[in-house]
Amino acid sequence: MGIMSQNISINFRGALNSCRFFLLRGLLCVLVFFPAVGMAQHAYININDPLMRKIPVAVPFFKAFTGHEQEVSLGKNAVDIMSNALDFTGYLAVLDKASFIENPAQKGITGAEINYKNWTVIGAELLITGGIVEQNGTVRLELRLFDTFKETLLIGKVYTGNKEDIKSMVYRFCAEISLLLTGKMGVFGSRIAFVSTVKGNKEIFTCDFDGGNISRVTNFNNITISPAWSSDGNFIAFTSYAKGTPALYIRDLRSNSDVVLAKKGLNITPAWIPGQFALAATLSFSGDQDIYIVSGTGQVKNQLTKVSGIDVSPAFSPDGGRFAFVSKRSGTPQIYIGDTGSGSATRLTFQGNYNTSPAWSPDGEKIAYVGVVKNSINIYVIGVNGGGPTQLTSGQGDNEDPSWSPDGNLIAFSSTRQGASRIFVMTATGADQRLLFTLGGSQTEPTWSSGVGNNK
Amino acid sequence: MGKKIVVKVMIMLFLSAMMLTVSCAKKTVETDPSAGIQNGSQDGLSAEEIARQKALEEERMREDALRKAIAAEREKFEMEDIYFDFDSAELVPDARMLLKEKADFLTRNSGLTVTIEGHCDERGTTEYNLALGERRAMSAKRYLQDLGIAEFRLNTISYGEERPSVQGNDESAWSKNRRAHFVIR
Repeated sequence: MGIMSQNISINFRGALNSCRFFLLRGLLCVLVFFPAVGMAQHAYININDPLMRKIPVAVPFFKAFTGHEQEVSLGKNAVDIMSNALDFTGYLAVLDKASFIENPAQKGITGAEINYKNWTVIGAELLITGGIVEQNGTVRLELRLFDTFKETLLIGKVYTGNKEDIKSMVYRFCAEISLLLTGKMGVFGSRIAFVSTVKGNKEIFTCDFDGGNISRVTNFNNITISPAWSSDGNFIAFTSYAKGTPALYIRDLRSNSDVVLAKKGLNITPAWIPGQFALAATLSFSGDQDIYIVSGTGQVKNQLTKVSGIDVSPAFSPDGGRFAFVSKRSGTPQIYIGDTGSGSATRLTFQGNYNTSPAWSPDGEKIAYVGVVKNSINIYVIGVNGGGPTQLTSGQGDNEDPSWSPDGNLIAFSSTRQGASRIFVMTATGADQRLLFTLGGSQTEPTWSSGVGNNK
Repeated sequence: MGKKIVVKVMIMLFLSAMMLTVSCAKKTVETDPSAGIQNGSQDGLSAEEIARQKALEEERMREDALRKAIAAEREKFEMEDIYFDFDSAELVPDARMLLKEKADFLTRNSGLTVTIEGHCDERGTTEYNLALGERRAMSAKRYLQDLGIAEFRLNTISYGEERPSVQGNDESAWSKNRRAHFVIR
């Protein structure tokens, strides 16, 4: 991508803050080398708290340093991208610019130039300032995050790259903010694959995490469904009837080439094993629908489920050691958890007689799934080791196909609450349910890619 | 397939019409030129000839009726789906009765091979329904095999909930979409 980034040295005010400063410095160093260590003890918010209060953040206009027309317009664009992205997280409330007293675009964007009282008085707890320089298509974007009550700089970054990369620069900064506030990198830079009938037949599409930048992946003019991202984001596996029967396709997004597995019967419901170039899928060449491991080059390896009856929709735990799946072995479709090594499985869901579409949360603790009760189709979450289930959607159309954001903060799903099926996003606790984008036809099966560094 | 047959029949009709025209023209030349075309009346045909033509005509009509009957039977075979209960691939009594008729038809038309399509209603999950649809097609296939139809004549494919026959969001639509559909290949 060619974006350079560097830290802005953190200017703290007053000796009393020095203790906190070292803490922060320590945190920033830790981030680079041991992200896992930096998390819990410094997190500002717990996104799993259903009563979580959104943190108010002010994002005033960015300063255009040389002030020419294109620079000003790029700056405005960057502010919009930033505001929308932060709003999307579900844990930040972006304040209305009309309430702002101070204008850093004129007064200055560094800590020394900010009067924090002007921000705390309007309720802003966080402040983001930005400055932009554009010269012959090259952009230098300077971004800072301040804690207005503690009057400290929390993050300072300078990004340099082409002007086309502004969105990526902003998302990288958002990822830093997310890491600081929640201990996780967030959704920024991730993409969502989905199925759309906008061109008539079901085809695979992708979009940015926020629904922007929609692009078409397949063009088979036949039923094409069940997209699944590889961990590195370079491959999407799916099922297509392009050659008449339901075959498994493994699309290399870099070369746009396919590997096809088309054994007799079904070749469906692919799910990549985390960190491996291999996936699980349901094949029925034996006459029974069982889950098998298939290599990334389309070779059938070992059989994971052996009990007679439907076994479909595998979904791996983050470490790949276990997999959730749907089985009809007890008479109705229920979620089971299997051991990837031994294949032995135990039943997870006992409420209701139709539970399908498991999605394992990135923290490994929960499984989101679809339950059908009296013809109403909704999304539930259940603890892997018991606990729940908790119903996340209700009373608004059919809600299906849950998929976790890479940080586990959000769940994408499809819903018919507005008529035709559309892609929606909600927080992990079911709050803030919102439409992701509007497109003709119907949209189903949203599938979130892994996070930053994998955006295509 | 159907199109090809139609084209073949049309070509044959056209060729025979050409031949008739040619032979008629020849006959006209051979008879008295002054008599002209009017002379070609039936008076010239013997009783034996007329009887033969009548027999031919009757045979043609019988064959035509048979063809129509077969076509109607084929259409019925392909039009009549068997239906299933929600989340079930078990054959209900009505489905078994219909399958017996289909087996009977396939026995009488031993040259035909069939694709059995398994379908589901829109409720439930796309992925699970692909498997359920396959089990419905397999149930129908196994029953036809039990009734003596050779396995190689029976193919199956599942379309899950992707190809509903009726649009609608109620039980009357759903019940018509939970089906196995039969296509002669």
